[in-house]
Amino acid sequence: MTPHALKDWFQREVLPLEAILVTYLRQNWRDQSNIEDLLHDVYLQVYRGARERLPENPRAFVFTTARNLLISRVRRHNIVPIETVADLDALGVAIDTPDQERSTIARDELRRLQTAMDRLPPKYRDVVVMRRLDDLSRAEIAVRLGLSEETVTTYLRRGMCALADMLYAGQSSLTKGEP
Amino acid sequence: MSGASDELLTAGAQALRERAGDWLERKDRPDWTAQDQAELDAWLEEDPAHLIAYWRVEGAWERSLRLRVMRPSVSAARPSRFKSENWLKRIAVPFAAVAAAGVLAAFLLAKPNERLISTGIGEHKIVSLGDGSRVELNTDTVLKVDVSPERRLASIQKGEAYFQIAHDPEHPFVVSAGDHRITVLGTKFTVHREAGKLEVALLEGRIWLDENANEHGGHGMLLTPGDKVVSQGAKLVKLEERPDTLQNELGWRSGMLIFKFTTLADAAAQFNRYNRQKLVVADAAAAKLKIIGSFPTNDVNMFVRASKQLFGLHAEHRGNQIVLSR
Repeated sequence: MTPHALKDWFQREVLPLEAILVTYLRQNWRDQSNIEDLLHDVYLQVYRGARERLPENPRAFVFTTARNLLISRVRRHNIVPIETVADLDALGVAIDTPDQERSTIARDELRRLQTAMDRLPPKYRDVVVMRRLDDLSRAEIAVRLGLSEETVTTYLRRGMCALADMLYAGQSSLTKGEP
Repeated sequence: MSGASDELLTAGAQALRERAGDWLERKDRPDWTAQDQAELDAWLEEDPAHLIAYWRVEGAWERSLRLRVMRPSVSAARPSRFKSENWLKRIAVPFAAVAAAGVLAAFLLAKPNERLISTGIGEHKIVSLGDGSRVELNTDTVLKVDVSPERRLASIQKGEAYFQIAHDPEHPFVVSAGDHRITVLGTKFTVHREAGKLEVALLEGRIWLDENANEHGGHGMLLTPGDKVVSQGAKLVKLEERPDTLQNELGWRSGMLIFKFTTLADAAAQFNRYNRQKLVVADAAAAKLKIIGSFPTNDVNMFVRASKQLFGLHAEHRGNQIVLSR
């Protein structure tokens, strides 16, 4: 497994599952404040598992990992009421579904990118579109938008993060309370 | 688990993402150095969590490049007044509809709009696709097209075709060639598929080319005018051609083969695509001779006469073959 192949696989197969994975975690974990932390741990486990050998069915692998992680947490903190994990087995359906979504994901990618870009807050979106799609430099963008280069840099950095949030999670904490 | 420590952890995950965004933004600057790269590599190696956070923000950024295919052509790409919101809004909704239609189509066995267009050896055909687009088929070509108000799809089974696609940002035109897939909004380009080999050349506009689209979905490249892509095994490699070279290769549209320092072996192979009478270059030295000139695609004999006069070659007719030798 070359590092490049692992990265490729992770970006192609795992990250597009993020929105549905977060939904799953929310449905099966009572404390909604640490979902991002759980997600982060699922990613780490998936990474470690895939480092040895890429799983044949990435979707099943990701969701089985998530389920095992939730179960081990429940065991570790046996104060968690049992109903938190009551829905776990309902997930079995999703896990056993053959990996038929792959081609759909590929076909959908342009649309998903488009939607993610469209949903960025306007000030980030303008900067991201000018930099990425029009290939303008930071200085050129600053002139066009009447901003300082520093501000352009800040917007670009946040825009990059928000684009990933939108594309993979379908929402971004960076955009909460934005117009 | 206390609420306070949960919050701390969540703040940690968020902070890590912002940190990764910071690296990516720095890497995107023109003054990024080898030293910077070494620092980034060290940070990534420090902790798999760093690696994953970086892959995530980089994955989205890398992929966003493919949205360039939806931008107006290069000259129009720098408008005096910027209108990102407009173009995004205008395209997003219909695009979703197209994608949904595409998914739906995959589940429908019957494709009422699909039709087969083909040419035999030596034939040349121009076909209107009903949406203002035209496709021109070279010799020995099989093409499936499915063009309706909802979607614009074509698939090249073999041979060569020149596409002039009418601009319609709401309905991208998708051409597939085996596992590779070309997405365009309005352009002129050629696709040549033969014996496992693929060539795509772009004359105008922009196209997005997905490599092995069925297997991966993640790999693709943007082509701008003058670009030519050829397959090498499963890989696609981009070459930069001079525009006049591409024009020469399109000589077939007016029934001509145009050679510029083309070897006799290559020229013979090109003639053989158009004619049932096959040219065979019998010795290696003759095969390397270089030719300049234009010949009608269907006039092998003119080419044979020229070879005799220019290079002093012998031509021997053996059934379906004409064997050229010193």
